[in-house]
Amino acid sequence: MDYAASYLQLLLTMDMTVRLSVALILACLAGLFSERAGIFDIGLEGKMLISAFLSATVAYETNSAWLGVLAAIAGSLVFSAIHGLASITFRGNQLISGVALNFLASGLTVVVGNAWYHQGGRTPTLTGAGRFHEITLPFIDTFNHIPVFGHFYAEVISGHKPIVYIAFLVVPLTWWILFRTRFGLRLRAVGENPASVDTAGISVVRLRYSAVMIAGVLCGIAGAYLATSQAAGFGREMTAGRGYIALAALIFAKWRPFYALGATLLFGLLEAISNLYPNINVFNLFDIPVQFTQALPYILTVVILAGFVGKAVPPKAGGEPYVKER
Amino acid sequence: MEKMPRWADVALVPLINVILAFFVSGLVVLAIGENPFRAIWIMISGSLGSTSGIGYTLYYATNYMFTGLAVAIAFHARLFNIGGEGQAAIGGVGAALVLLAFNWPYWWMALPFAVLGAALFGGAWALVPAYLQAKRGSHIVITTIMFNFIAAALMGYLLNGVMKNPNTQNAETVAFPPGTHLPTAYEVLAPLGIHFSKSTPLNVSFLLALGCAVLVWFILWRTRLGYEIRAFGHNENAARYAGINAVRITIITLMISGALAGLLSINAVMGQQGLLIKEFVEGAGFVGIAVALMGRSHPFGIVLASLLFGMLTQGGFELTWDMPDVSREMVLVIQALIILFTGALDNMVRDPVERLFLRIGKKKD
Repeated sequence: MDYAASYLQLLLTMDMTVRLSVALILACLAGLFSERAGIFDIGLEGKMLISAFLSATVAYETNSAWLGVLAAIAGSLVFSAIHGLASITFRGNQLISGVALNFLASGLTVVVGNAWYHQGGRTPTLTGAGRFHEITLPFIDTFNHIPVFGHFYAEVISGHKPIVYIAFLVVPLTWWILFRTRFGLRLRAVGENPASVDTAGISVVRLRYSAVMIAGVLCGIAGAYLATSQAAGFGREMTAGRGYIALAALIFAKWRPFYALGATLLFGLLEAISNLYPNINVFNLFDIPVQFTQALPYILTVVILAGFVGKAVPPKAGGEPYVKER
Repeated sequence: MEKMPRWADVALVPLINVILAFFVSGLVVLAIGENPFRAIWIMISGSLGSTSGIGYTLYYATNYMFTGLAVAIAFHARLFNIGGEGQAAIGGVGAALVLLAFNWPYWWMALPFAVLGAALFGGAWALVPAYLQAKRGSHIVITTIMFNFIAAALMGYLLNGVMKNPNTQNAETVAFPPGTHLPTAYEVLAPLGIHFSKSTPLNVSFLLALGCAVLVWFILWRTRLGYEIRAFGHNENAARYAGINAVRITIITLMISGALAGLLSINAVMGQQGLLIKEFVEGAGFVGIAVALMGRSHPFGIVLASLLFGMLTQGGFELTWDMPDVSREMVLVIQALIILFTGALDNMVRDPVERLFLRIGKKKD
């Protein structure tokens, strides 16, 4: 086989992996903030869906992709506030709240989308400034002369849309906030032992609300990425389970930011493979059916949750409402 | 002193929750630019105004009874099964395999075996998530959702492959033998001199669903297994100390849950379609969550909640005819709001109501 051609094929796969991982990375980090503070968030999916819808409509109406992102964050924050209200203020079941928000998003997006655009829940295709476009990073011509790295830089590192770079910057930022700031220390403490945080005179409620809200912002960007960068408009159920996959990746990553990056890239790679090579032929013996490659991310999620890849210890107080002693 | 009377706990608080959910739904309809009161009227007359409407309402209610019972029995063991959608789909495969295996002469001969096939396959689809929850502590909510996606892919594979009818382009099986046709409401009621609409898919599965409700009640409150399920749900550690095997209870409960969801296919596949298609569940697995929460996980409450959701679904279809701007996903919005208010925001209503009753109680003393 021709080495140059297969190297190009590899770069193409890596490039697609990066593109398909972005929404997962942001959603996974959203879950990380929330769960580190002790709030389960099954509703990542719904938050991404509603923000994808809002970003698509606002970007279409204003012809500005950045305004679309702002609208997406705003919508996602409303959902986060409801989740906070249910699980922090009213000490309700966090799983049920998340599931309800997911259904609410999948219903509302189609009902409102249909009423506005009459396209069966889809929004009109975004063009021009309504969409994000690829950024070509500097030094392409300089690096071009370096044999292997030159192509890698041009294909995989350069030529992505703005949110891609934002997502990859959020990973170290998350690490810094969680492990190098006072806020991060308190946030992690409130997920492990809220009573001790309370004893120290710090508000558990405020910390948990801020974690849930940060999750809202990140899900908003993730949703906006799906509708304004990965696709050119909103399609019904376009999140396709990414919120749940992000949660599985979070467990795989043992609730750590850089591990989360690795885990989500793995899922991105699986999706890229099923997109690029739908019919894989195994040693000329039989074809792997396309449905199997499509289901692969979901199957891997189950395998990861089954803990066949090492034991993960979740934050201790996760999912438990905090009741102050009286 | 009791915090509040029992009727307030089981009826008043849920009622306020549901009213709140409908109020917010009304706001959504208003935001779309339609009149919510007219929408309610169209839904009520569309679902109860004719025998055809009633037939469809009860047909959908039958589906929701199966999935609602499935979610409820798992709730009693404090397990959240969101996999009803996939379990019902795979249950349909089980039923279809049975119905296609022989040239069944009579429906009453085929029915018990089809029930067995649907329940076995539905239960089996819950087995892996159940085992992983019990043995490896993996999150049942996420695994069951993943199994919904995997079930959809598997259905696509089967119905485009080995189970496909070669004479059509569609992803579906060949028609079941005519002997497997379940008597419809029209056929049952006509000899009694009652004229019921011919066009509705309502069939004897409705009685099967009611039977399942009684059975679930019996299992939960009249058997040792039911006691163990409820004990496990109330306090896992106490149940363990009392000698209840946590792994066994988790797996059995979830398999019963999956089996109940699988039975949906008796109504939708054997009763209505007469062949297996890919998307016959149509979200009923998810509606089951709202039904179980609204019915407070009690079979009687679930039957009532199913009827309400049957009305919503059928009324929702009528609504899309009269108000083209309101699509049928409106039902999904209402369902989500009911789950939100009765399930997650319950304390928002409960706390003030409790305080109110405490104040009334103090005055009496």
